Amino acid sequence: MKALADLFAAFGSTLVDILPIVIIVFGFQWFAFRRPIANPRRILTGFIYVIVGMTLFLVGLEEALFPVGRLMAQQLTAPDFLGIGHDDAQWSHYIWVYLFAAAIGFATTIAEPALIAVAYKANQVSAGAVNAWALRVAVGLGVGAGLALGALRIVTGTPLHLIIMVGYIVVIVQTFFAPRQIIALAYDSGGVTTSTVTVPIVTALGLGLAGTISGRSQLLDGFGLIAFASLFPIITVLGYAQFAEWRLRKLKKRDDAESPEPE
Amino acid sequence: MSENGEQRKTPLLFVQGRRLYHLVVDAFRDLTPVILVVAVFQLLILKQPFPHLEQVLTGTVLVAAGLFLFIRGLEIGLFPLGETMAYDFARKGSLAWLLLFAFALGFGTTIAEPALIAVAGEAAKIAADGGVITPNTDNLEHYALGLRVTVALSVGFAIVVGVIRILKGWPLHYLIAAGYIGVVAITPFAPASMVGIAYDSGGVTTSTITVPLVTALGIGLASSIKGRNPMIDGFGLIAFASLTPMIFVMVYGMLLQ
Repeated sequence: MKALADLFAAFGSTLVDILPIVIIVFGFQWFAFRRPIANPRRILTGFIYVIVGMTLFLVGLEEALFPVGRLMAQQLTAPDFLGIGHDDAQWSHYIWVYLFAAAIGFATTIAEPALIAVAYKANQVSAGAVNAWALRVAVGLGVGAGLALGALRIVTGTPLHLIIMVGYIVVIVQTFFAPRQIIALAYDSGGVTTSTVTVPIVTALGLGLAGTISGRSQLLDGFGLIAFASLFPIITVLGYAQFAEWRLRKLKKRDDAESPEPE
Repeated sequence: MSENGEQRKTPLLFVQGRRLYHLVVDAFRDLTPVILVVAVFQLLILKQPFPHLEQVLTGTVLVAAGLFLFIRGLEIGLFPLGETMAYDFARKGSLAWLLLFAFALGFGTTIAEPALIAVAGEAAKIAADGGVITPNTDNLEHYALGLRVTVALSVGFAIVVGVIRILKGWPLHYLIAAGYIGVVAITPFAPASMVGIAYDSGGVTTSTITVPLVTALGIGLASSIKGRNPMIDGFGLIAFASLTPMIFVMVYGMLLQ
C-alpha cells in the first residue's frame, strides 16, 4: 500500500514538474506560430516516456537508495561512530565523512539524468569529439571533490564565500587556457549536477554534520554543499579538456618525430 | 536511433533490438557506482547488515527502468521539440516572441520546482530565527513565496540574457566573469544568514526536465543562426540560470533586512 502511495506521489510531483513546460510550449506553439506541433504522436509519446520514466526513477530511489543513504549520512556523522565527544572534535576525526562525501558525490552524479541528457547532446553536437562517458566522469570527480571539501568546510567552519571566491578565480584563470570549444559546456555542467539524485543525500549529510558539531548551526552551516557541487565540476571539466588537448599535442609531437623527415 | 526507425509507422513503443540492449545496459551501468558506494560503506565501514535487501533490489530495477524510459523520451520527445521550436523562432524572426518564450520557460519551470520550494521554506525559517520577520505561519509563507518568485524571475532573466548572447554571439566567459564579480561584490552586504542559501539556490533551480529542453533550445538556436557554432554558442543557458539566482536571492535578503 505504501509503495502504491509513493508511486502516486512521485507521479504527481513529476506532473507538477512537467505541466508548466507543457503549457508554455503548447501555448507558444499556438499563439506564436498559429499551427499545431509537428509529429504530435511522437512528441506526446516522448512526454509520456519522460513522465513515466521520472516516476519510476523517483519511486525506485525512494525505495532503494534514499533511506539507506540518509541513514548512512546520519550514522557516519554521529559522534558515537567516530568515537569522539561533541567538544573535542577535530577535522581529522571526520576522514570517513570526507571519503563518503566524495564517493557518494561521484556515484550519484554518474546516475543523474540531467547530466546524462547534456552529455548525450554534447556528444552529438561535437560529432563525437566530446566523449559522453568521460564528460560524466569528469563532472562526477568535480562533484566528489566539491562535496569532500564542503564537508571539510562545515567541520572547520571556514566562511563559505572565501572558498567560493578562490574557486571563481581558478575557473576564470582556467578559462584563458582551456580550449574554446569546451568552455560553455563546462560552465553548464556546474548547473546540471545537482538535481534528482544528489540533492536529498547531500542535504542529509550537510544537516547531519552541522548538527553534530558544537558551534555549528544546522541552518547556517548545513548549506553550501550544493554550491560546492555546482562549482567544482566546472574546474574538473575545464581541466579534463586541458589535459586532453595537452595529450593530443604530445602524441602529435611524437608522431612528427617518428615519421621520417621529407627530404 | 536509426533513420529507418523514424519513418516506420509505429516506431514509438519499441526500440530496435540492439539499441534496446544498449539502453538497458547503460541504465544499469549508470547505477553501479551508487550501489557499490552504499554497499561498501554499509557493510565494511559501518559494519551493518543491508536493511530490506529485497526492497533495495526492486527499487534498483525501477530506477534502471525509469532511466531507460527517460532517456528514450528525451530522444523522441523533448530534444526534437526544443530544437524544432528554436528553428521556428529563428525562421519567424520575431525577437519579441523568442524573448517572451525564453522568459516564460525560465520563470514557469522554476516557480514550481520542488527543490526550490524546500529551500525557500528553509530560508524563511532562517529569516524568522534572525528576527527579520515575526515567526508566524503567514509571514513565513509570504517570505518563502517572495523568495520563490525572486528566484523564478532571476532564471527567466537568465534565459533571456542567454538567448540574446546566442543571437549576438557574445563570448560566454565575459558575462560569467561579470556575474562572478557581482556575486562576490554583493556577498559582504547580504545578511550573513542568507549567503549559504543564496549560493545553494544556484544549483537547485534547474530540474531534470528543464535542463534537456533548455539545452535543446540553445543548441537549436545556435545551429539555425549563421555564423554560430552550437558547441561554443549553444551551451551556456544553464550556466546563466545557475548564476543569477545567487545574486537575486542575496539582493532579496538585503531588501527585506
